[in-house]
Amino acid sequence: MIETLKFVAFLLLKIVVITHVLLGAVAYTVWLERKLIGRMQNRWGPTRVGPFGLLQPIADGVKFILKEDMLPPGVNKPLFVLAPLLAVALGLTSLAVIPFGETVSQLGKLGALQISGFVRADGSIMDPGVGLLIILAVTSIGVYGIALAGWSSNSKYSLLGSLRASAQMVSYELSLGLSLVGVIMLSGSLSLRQIVDAQAGPFWHWNVFVGLQFIAFFIYLTAAYAETNRIPFDLPEAETELVAGYHTEYSAMKFAMFFMAEYANMFTASCVATLLFFGGWHSPLEGLVKYSLPPLLAALEPVFWFAAKIFVFIFVYIWIRGTLPRFRYDQLMAFGWKVLLPLAIANIVVTSLYVAWRTV
Amino acid sequence: MLHQALFFLIAAMCVAGAINLLLQRHPIHSALSLIVVMGSLALLYLLLGAEFVAMIQLIVYAGAIMVLFVFVIMLLNAGEEEHTRGSRMALWFGAPAVAAIVGMVVYVLTSNSTTLREVHLGAWASTTHDVAMPLFREYLLPFEVTSILILIAILGAVVLARREH
Repeated sequence: MIETLKFVAFLLLKIVVITHVLLGAVAYTVWLERKLIGRMQNRWGPTRVGPFGLLQPIADGVKFILKEDMLPPGVNKPLFVLAPLLAVALGLTSLAVIPFGETVSQLGKLGALQISGFVRADGSIMDPGVGLLIILAVTSIGVYGIALAGWSSNSKYSLLGSLRASAQMVSYELSLGLSLVGVIMLSGSLSLRQIVDAQAGPFWHWNVFVGLQFIAFFIYLTAAYAETNRIPFDLPEAETELVAGYHTEYSAMKFAMFFMAEYANMFTASCVATLLFFGGWHSPLEGLVKYSLPPLLAALEPVFWFAAKIFVFIFVYIWIRGTLPRFRYDQLMAFGWKVLLPLAIANIVVTSLYVAWRTV
Repeated sequence: MLHQALFFLIAAMCVAGAINLLLQRHPIHSALSLIVVMGSLALLYLLLGAEFVAMIQLIVYAGAIMVLFVFVIMLLNAGEEEHTRGSRMALWFGAPAVAAIVGMVVYVLTSNSTTLREVHLGAWASTTHDVAMPLFREYLLPFEVTSILILIAILGAVVLARREH
C-alpha cells in the first residue's frame, strides 16, 4: 500500500515537474520569438522589463491573469469555455509519451526520463508500444479546440477561421501521418523509445540520413507547420482578413490558453521531428568522441542533446516566420493535396523497396 | 479491482454520451456526444489491452470522421431541430425495438455462456505485431479488396461532386 502511494506520489511529481518545464519553455519561446523576429526586422524586441526583456513573459502572464475575462453576448457559453480548455489540455497530453533520455538510475522504477516510461527490474524501460500513434491521435483530436472556439463565438470571423483551421488540419494530417510511415518501416516499431534506439550511433545513423528519408522529413516539417497553424500556413488567424480568426472573441486567460496550446503543439512537433528523424537524445558524435562525466551529469547529458535539437527546431519555426509570407487559401489546399500527399505516398513506396532490398 | 472500477466508469461515460446524443436538440451537441462515445470506446479497447485498435479508433473515428461531421454542421450552420410527427413516431417504434435488441443480445449471450470464451480485463495484451500478422498473411486478400471498396466510394464522391459543372 505504502509502496503504491509512493509510486503515485513520485509519478505525480514527475508529471508536475515536466509540465512546468514545458510551460516555462513555452513562455520563453514567446520571448525568444519576439527577440529574434525583432532582430530580423532590425529592431530590438522587448527590452524594458528586466535585462534583455527577460521578465517580459512573467509580465505578460500577470497581465493575462488580471485582465477582465469577457464573455461576449450571443456565445454558446459551455462550448465557449470548453474550447480553450480542450486546446491546451490536448496540447499538453502528447507530452506524456515523449521520451527525452535514458534513465536516472538513482530514482529506481520511475527513473525513466519519460512520463509514461517505467524501468523494469532488469534495467530496461517499458514505454507505450504505440507512442507515436498516441501523439497522432491527440493531434487529430486537437482540431476540436479550434473548431469549437470558432463556432461557439457566434462571430463570422471566428467561424471562418475555424472552418479554415479544420479543413487545413484534416488535409495536412494525411501527409503528416504518411510521411512518418517510412521511419516506422525502417525501425519496425511504433514505440518512440525503440524508434530512437534504432538510430543509436553517430549522426549518419539518424533516420534523416538513411535512404531518402530527408524527403519524408521535409514533408513532415511542412505538414507540422500547417498542423500548428504557423506561418506560412497561419490562415486560420490571418490578421489581414479575419481580425484574429478563431480566437477573435477570446480575451484574458482564455486567449492565453490558445496561445499556450499553439506553442505546446510547436514543441510536440519539434519533439516528434527530433525523435523520428534526428536520433532523439543521442549525441551527434556518439561513439566517436570519448569523455567521462560524473554519474548524474552522464544521466542528464542525453537531455541536453534532446533540448538542443528541440531548440534548433523552435529556432527554425521562428526563422521561417520571419522569412516566408502567408499562403493563399487555394495554394494551401493545392499544395497539401497535389504535392505533399503524392510525395508522401511515393516515399512510402521507395522506402518499402529499400527495406525489402536491405533485408534480402 | 482497479480494472473493474475503470470499466464501469468508462462504460457509464459511453452510455451517458449515447443517451445525450439522442436527447440534445442541437446537431453540434449531438456530434460532441458522439465524440465522447467514440473516445470512451477507445478507452474500453485500451482497458482490454488492445492498444493499436484503441488508437486507430481515436484517429479514425474521433479524429477524422467526427471532424468532418462537425465541419459540415458548422459549414451549414444548422440550427436546433424541431420535433416533428415523424420523430415522435420514431420514438414509439424505436424504444420497443431497442428493448427487443437488448433482450435478444442478453438471451444469446446467456444461453451460449458455456461455449463462449471469456476475456479478462487487461489480460489480453495485443501488440501491433499481433494485429498485423494475420492481417497481412491469412487475410491479405480481404484486406486489399476492402481498400478497393474504399477507392470506389472515393470515386463515387468525386463523380457526385463534379456533376454540377
